[in-house]
Amino acid sequence: MNIPKNIFYTKDHEWARIEGKIAYVGITDYAVHSLGDITFVELPKIGKELKQSAYCATVESVKAASDVFAPLSGKVLTVNTQLVTNPELINQSAYEKGYFFSMEFSNEAEKANLMDAASYQKYVEGISK
Amino acid sequence: MNPFDGSSRATGKSRGMKLIFEKHRDGRRGFSYGLSDVSGTKPLAGKYCRATEARLPCLSELDVVRHYTNLSRLNFSVDTNFYPLGSCTMKYNPKFTERIAAFEGFLQLHPLLPQLSGGGMLAQGSLEVLYESEKLLAEITGMSAFTLQPLAGAHGELTGVMLIAAYHKDQGLRRKYIIVPDSSHGTNPSSAAIAGYKVKVIPTGADGYMDLEQYKKQLNNEVAAVMLTCPNTLGIFNPKIKEITDLAHNVGALMYYDGANLNAIMGKCRPGDIGFDVVHLNLHKTFATPHGGGGPGAGPVGVSKKLVEFLPISRIIRRADATFALDYNHPKSIGYIAPFYGNFGVILKAYAYILALGKEGLIKVAEIAVLNANYCQARLKEYYDLPFDKTCMHECVFSASRQAKNGVHALDIAKYLIDQGYHPPTIYFPLIVKEALMIEPTETESKESLDDFIDTMIKIAELAKNNPSVVTQAPLNMPIKRLDEVRAARQPDLRWKP
Repeated sequence: MNIPKNIFYTKDHEWARIEGKIAYVGITDYAVHSLGDITFVELPKIGKELKQSAYCATVESVKAASDVFAPLSGKVLTVNTQLVTNPELINQSAYEKGYFFSMEFSNEAEKANLMDAASYQKYVEGISK
Repeated sequence: MNPFDGSSRATGKSRGMKLIFEKHRDGRRGFSYGLSDVSGTKPLAGKYCRATEARLPCLSELDVVRHYTNLSRLNFSVDTNFYPLGSCTMKYNPKFTERIAAFEGFLQLHPLLPQLSGGGMLAQGSLEVLYESEKLLAEITGMSAFTLQPLAGAHGELTGVMLIAAYHKDQGLRRKYIIVPDSSHGTNPSSAAIAGYKVKVIPTGADGYMDLEQYKKQLNNEVAAVMLTCPNTLGIFNPKIKEITDLAHNVGALMYYDGANLNAIMGKCRPGDIGFDVVHLNLHKTFATPHGGGGPGAGPVGVSKKLVEFLPISRIIRRADATFALDYNHPKSIGYIAPFYGNFGVILKAYAYILALGKEGLIKVAEIAVLNANYCQARLKEYYDLPFDKTCMHECVFSASRQAKNGVHALDIAKYLIDQGYHPPTIYFPLIVKEALMIEPTETESKESLDDFIDTMIKIAELAKNNPSVVTQAPLNMPIKRLDEVRAARQPDLRWKP
């Protein structure tokens, strides 16, 4: 299971890569493996205000459709439109080319609700048993 | 098993699998019209004509008959093979109900007749069937009254949630939420959302039951209803159901019973007695009417006393002189939710089924359905992981996680079963079980057919260990081999073009 260091994770298997006031958001390798081949993504609109842990996007695979929840509160800056035509990018590169969107997050303190790579690793091992 | 002859199978391609458009030959006709002998007719005005050619395929009548007859021979049905598709209750549909539904007196009756002046007296038999069916379903579920109108299970759910909304509105309340456990059928949250409610999802605990602490935390006087499937999609009956119901009623929320799994408890316990306020049933599951395309379905909804006045119109009543009539005088009714009185032919078949089995028969249905599922569970649990290891109800849910380590996933097992002449169990559902295989054998299968299926499942488990590629390549004996489901979803090609 690929769990890169230096990025943050949620219990619902989203990740956030933080660069200054901006966070890049996607779903983790674990999420991608449980979903299987991803066939469709619905992304938020640019400018949309997101709330931490609230619904922000949908991802659909041959097995199931799942909600994606915002790892932080803030405003959507850019969306990865490549995913609309090439959802397989999420399978190929969950943490890079398969990112969902970027956002300007509004509350630094919310980072405390996220996990680092080591805690997420433990969390995933716990639920995989 | 394979309906195709040996020669077409040998080439791996069959003439039967060509699209009807590909069988087109210019100028070929199924029949010819005579020349018009009416003089002075004008051609259709341009605005009524289509701009582009319709390009319908040209074939002879025999071409068309062969095309569809050959396709029909590829059908898989419970009449031909074992069909353990979990949560769908694919029981055998006895043929005598078809014969009754085809009686001329029922078949030729116009649905508007009872609404015409004096017409009701010409439709007494059908009205009586509707009236008595409502009464029987109310008796089976312990509810006060039923509407037979909803045309399918999910339609029944939406009707039920609309009744809940009408009730709260009548009380002058605006409630925002509906609580649904994560083990519910996916249609529950959908129905709640379509009716305008926000959905609160309660997770399942390690014991397979809804997490009671989470439930208590989420429950408050903004909750309109709690929708429960019991037994749930893990095939497990919640022993705390009464407590859950009481907690909801304490805050003024109503209880909704998803009757999709009624087959497991029929005659053993009644949702109405537990305190449920709304129940929907799937006649095409529990009461042995055909599913889907062979149906249509029917999703009657039963309610407790306080919701009766909101039921859809038309209502069927029995007058003092023992005649039956339609009644529209229900000012608080949510109105029409379907044309006429529901799928009458389906209701009639279910009525015949209930009368034929009787009380003792229906109890036996539940007992054998549960016994069959537990037999499958007991014989297979050595070979497949059983995430919630307890006595199940009408279905058992395994996980193919052990097999997945060797690259044999639930999907591969499903494909291999198709090759062996079985309809696969439901896979990847419920979502809370990884690599889920959800097996519902139903009561109509004999021990021999269960054993054959179980033996095949054991063989698959052995292959997954020793020779996984045999499973992952399946199906090999079908007219069409493994389909690229991912490409079909990513690049759907839904329209034939020359």
